[in-house]
Amino acid sequence: MSLHKLTLHELQEKFTKGEVTAREIVSAYSLRIKQVEPKVKAYITLVKESAMAQAEALDQKLKSWRRTMPLMGMPLAIKDNICTEGVLTTCASRILGAFVPPYDATVIARLRGQGYLLLGKTNLDEFAMGSSTENSGFGPSRNPWNLSSVPGGSSGGSAAAVAADECVAALGSDTGGSIRQPAACCGVVGLKPTYGRVSRFGLVAFASSLDQIGPITKDVTDAAMLLNVIAGHDPLDSTSANVPVPDYTKALKKKDVKKLKLGLPREYFAEGLDQEVERAVREAAEELKKLGGEIKDVALPATDAAIATYYLIATAEASSNLARYDGVKYGLRSKQTKDLLEMYMKTRQEGFGPEVKRRIMLGTYALSAGYYDAYYGKAQAVRTLIRRDFEAAFQEVDLLVTPVMPTPAFKLGERIQEPLQMYLSDIYTISANLAGIPAISVPCGFSKAGLPIGLQILGRPFEEETVLRGAYAYEQATGWRAKRPNIR
Amino acid sequence: MEISKEEVEHVAKLARLEITEAEKEAFSKQLSAILTYVEQLRALDTEGVEPTATVLEQVNVVREDKARPSLPVEKALANAPEQADGFFCVPKILEER
Repeated sequence: MSLHKLTLHELQEKFTKGEVTAREIVSAYSLRIKQVEPKVKAYITLVKESAMAQAEALDQKLKSWRRTMPLMGMPLAIKDNICTEGVLTTCASRILGAFVPPYDATVIARLRGQGYLLLGKTNLDEFAMGSSTENSGFGPSRNPWNLSSVPGGSSGGSAAAVAADECVAALGSDTGGSIRQPAACCGVVGLKPTYGRVSRFGLVAFASSLDQIGPITKDVTDAAMLLNVIAGHDPLDSTSANVPVPDYTKALKKKDVKKLKLGLPREYFAEGLDQEVERAVREAAEELKKLGGEIKDVALPATDAAIATYYLIATAEASSNLARYDGVKYGLRSKQTKDLLEMYMKTRQEGFGPEVKRRIMLGTYALSAGYYDAYYGKAQAVRTLIRRDFEAAFQEVDLLVTPVMPTPAFKLGERIQEPLQMYLSDIYTISANLAGIPAISVPCGFSKAGLPIGLQILGRPFEEETVLRGAYAYEQATGWRAKRPNIR
Repeated sequence: MEISKEEVEHVAKLARLEITEAEKEAFSKQLSAILTYVEQLRALDTEGVEPTATVLEQVNVVREDKARPSLPVEKALANAPEQADGFFCVPKILEER
């Protein structure tokens, strides 16, 4: 029995019944990581020893008391921009290369409260800025389906770890598609919740009005299980919403989409969309129709402006958020400096990689005197237009059905020299962040070259249940999950 | 939109970022390309449109002004590049007279 092949809900069931111990779980994953991690490079930090110690303590405790919680004993991987007390949290940046957080992010505290097992911290584009993990300060991760392709990004390490069975599930963060796009590239499920659904306390800030933590999992049921634990109001995050949290697994009872209206936004099927991806997504829409959904054409006219809007707002917020890396309270400090200003400038020169510098520069420019209104102010107004588009569309339909990215995963090195080309691959995912709405990526087929293709389903704010229901009905009817990567 | 090397230098200074000659060249080209791309936003009519800073409904979130448990000094200083006597250390800021 290969434990690492099980989904979260399958493993949880076995663990609850006492058919497997926490120790056996950690042993199985340690072996799996030993076998495939040298090829996949999903992790920045592995904490197998402490996972084993925790597992043994848990088994000991359960000898006398056998009531478990949904994530008890479950081996997870966490994106390395989410603070874990006592465990290195680098953001894949040299500037935080030695940073050990003195506290847990709220999502981690909640997982810990359930007795989860932390296997390690996963790779990402530095400070979550990128779409391929190639911007990591510690080298790129690989796509388990084809090691010469990128796993997507920025949560590429989390998605690759789930796809390669190097953890049972993972957390990522999504500012412009960083959960959904790598999930699509790696053939797994990724959910970006509504802005405010999950606390951002302890998530290292990139663009505060867009960032959101969410699950990356082997199937839709697992995503609902993980969301159940991490969702909810947090007094430590003033942007977390005080909205009741339903049991998301209850949304998965129906296996159909009867009485639901599903919209295909025509702007998402325009120029630049790869034919194989378009075919897979249109076939998925047909499948949803068979499952009882009513398919409608809808318009999101401001879609073309989304990338420009996003890269002004996200970089402006980033330039402000990353001002804290000054070499004073934590992180790197440049050695040879004679005064304070030079210490700031050299520390940041040595600590940040090229993409982070580029975005700080762009954001600083967009916020600088004389350009603020023309760039940042304009982008904020267009953001309103993009929100209104979604509000209008959701008057007509309950869900939107789109591609996740215009092509399957691209090759390593293919786009790294052309920042703008890399940005353009985010076209279908960034609008959800600008509008703050929930969206899921679920596998919907493969390219001829054998790379996974993702289907995106978007819903109204705080209607994760409907999004999950749609994704679950589709997943159960198609069974793409049966095909697993052969890592070589 | 062309961003000259001089403008790159100015913005880098605002961002407290030392950059090399090679980076100046590269940023000048790349930022020019990106800013040219974002200029498409000008074509959209946003007259009278309220800007979106956040999608949230709530405006200010306040709490009672009460002391709560916080990080002990040692823990707060544990990641500091330089510390002494319970303080963060930085290069001298004021010159002696």
